Amino acid sequence: MAEPAVPPAEGTTDRAYPPATASPSGAPIRPVPFRGGGFAPRSLRFGAPATFLGLLGLWWAATQYGWVSPLALPKPEEVGRAFLDLATSGLLWQHLAASLWRLGLGWVIGAAAGTVVGFAIGLSSLARSTALPMVSAMFPVPKIALLPLFILWLGIGEVSKVATIAFGVFSPMAIAAFGGVDGVDRNLVRMAQSFGMPTRAIVLKIVLPGAMPALLSGARISASIGIILLTAAEMIGARYGIGALVLSAGNLMATDQLVAGVLVLSAMGLTVSKGIAAIEKRVLRWRA
Amino acid sequence: MDLIATGLGHAYDGLTVLDDISLTVASGEIVALLGPSGCGKSTLLRMLGGLERPATGRVEMRGAPPAASLNPLTYVFQDFALVPWRTVAGNVALPLEHHRLGADERARRVAEALARVGLSDFAGAYPRQLSGGMKQRTAIARAFAVEPAVLLMDEPLSALDAQTRDLLIEDLVRLWTETRFTAVYVTHNVAEAVRLGHRVVVLSRRPGRIRAIVEIAEPLDRRREGSPALGAAREQIWDLVRGEAAAADREMVHG
Repeated sequence: MAEPAVPPAEGTTDRAYPPATASPSGAPIRPVPFRGGGFAPRSLRFGAPATFLGLLGLWWAATQYGWVSPLALPKPEEVGRAFLDLATSGLLWQHLAASLWRLGLGWVIGAAAGTVVGFAIGLSSLARSTALPMVSAMFPVPKIALLPLFILWLGIGEVSKVATIAFGVFSPMAIAAFGGVDGVDRNLVRMAQSFGMPTRAIVLKIVLPGAMPALLSGARISASIGIILLTAAEMIGARYGIGALVLSAGNLMATDQLVAGVLVLSAMGLTVSKGIAAIEKRVLRWRA
Repeated sequence: MDLIATGLGHAYDGLTVLDDISLTVASGEIVALLGPSGCGKSTLLRMLGGLERPATGRVEMRGAPPAASLNPLTYVFQDFALVPWRTVAGNVALPLEHHRLGADERARRVAEALARVGLSDFAGAYPRQLSGGMKQRTAIARAFAVEPAVLLMDEPLSALDAQTRDLLIEDLVRLWTETRFTAVYVTHNVAEAVRLGHRVVVLSRRPGRIRAIVEIAEPLDRRREGSPALGAAREQIWDLVRGEAAAADREMVHG
C-alpha cells in the first residue's frame, strides 16, 4: 500500500484517498469511466410555457415583419380579437356547447360499449371468436367514411354525428379493454378462485382494477380520436360546432376566426388529456 | 377435517408427471412434500385444493371443517399473490367480502389475523411498500382470516432471502403451536421440510411418485437448526433426495 501523497482534506470525515496515478508495480492506473445514466427524460418546469411563448413570438415576428402574407396567417392580436368577439357575442359558447355535447355523448356511448365488448373478448371464448374478428375488421376503417351512411340511416341531425363519434371511440376502447384484461396477472385470478370468490367478484375486484391502466390509456387515445371525428363530422353538416365554425371561417377567408377555432380545438384536447391524467393519478395511486 | 388423496396421477402432453399418489393429511399435522423441481409437487398441491383436475384418482375431505371456516382448503402461494391496489388490510379482507359477515366480524377477523403475523401497524400499507417477508406474512394472515381446515402452502418461502426465511419458519412454528393448524407444505428445501414437517413425503423425480414417508417425532417447537434429534431424519431424507437430484441433473429438461 503506497503512503498517501496528499493529506486528507480538512473537514472531511471519511478518509480521503489521493488520486493514484501509478501503482507500486508501475502499471498505469486509470479511473473507471462513468457509462450509466441517461435514458430517463423528465419534464423541465419551464419547458412548456417557454415553448409556447417562443412559438407565439415567432408567429408575431413573422406577421409583423411581413415574412408571411397577412392573407395566409393573421396576426396574433387579430386572432385574440376574433376570439374575444366570438366570446362576447356568445357565438363561441354556442359552438362549443354543441361540440362538447356531441363529443361527450358519443364518447360515453362508444367507450361504454367498447369496454363491455373488450371485457367479453377478454373473458369468454365465444366473444373472443366472434367479436374480436369484428372489432379487428372495424378498427382500420376511417369512421368518417361511414358518416354519409349514418346520415342516410339517421338523418343529418345530431344522431348521425354522435353515432360516428361513438363508433370511432368503440374499437380503440374495445381493443384497449381486451388487452388490459389479457394482461391481468392470472396468478391473482387463481388466488381469488382458491378463496372461493364468485366470478362476479373476481371480475369486479381483480380483473377490472387490473385492467384499469389499459382502460385509462384507451380512454386517452379514444378521446383524441373522438375530437378528430367530431370536427370532421361538424364540417360535413352542422350549423353550430367548432368544426362548423372553422369551416365557415375558411370559406369566408376569415383566417383570424379560423385560427381561433383551431386553438379552441387544441385547448379541448389538452383539457381532456389533463383530466385523464388527473384521474390516472388518483385511480392508479397504488402503482406509484 | 382430514384430506385424503387416492391414486392421483397427471400427465402433460403424454408425459407422466405424477403417478399413483395416495396420501392422507390428518387434522393438526403438517405434511411436507419434498421433491426436486419438476417432480410435480406443485401440481399435486393444486389438485389437493381443487385448482387442477387430476387425470386419475380423487381427492376427498373427511369430517366437517371448523364451524368458523369460510374456505376449508386455503392456499399460500410462492409469489404471495397479493393484490397490488389494496392495502395490507384490504388484501386480508378480500376473501371475506363475499361472505355474509357483519362489518364487525369482518373487521375482527382482519385485525386478529394481522395481529397473529405481527402486521397490525402496517394495515394501511400497500404491497409495494413491504419487504418480501412482510408480503408473505400478509398472505399468511389472509389465509388465516378465512379459518382454513387445511393450509396448502406452495413453496411459501422460496422467493425470500435466507434470513427472512428463518424468521418466517419461526413464525410458522409459533403459529402452529398456538393454533395447531393442518397444512401441506410443498418445498424443495430439505431444511425447511425437516423444520416444519411432522411427516416428510419424499417424491421422486419425473414421474413423481412417493419414494418414502419419513416421520419426525421431535415436537416442532423443540426443533433447532442442526439439532441431533433431527439428525437421523435429515440424513435419511438427504440420501433419498441426493440420488434424485443427481439423476435429474443429468437429464434433459422436457418442454
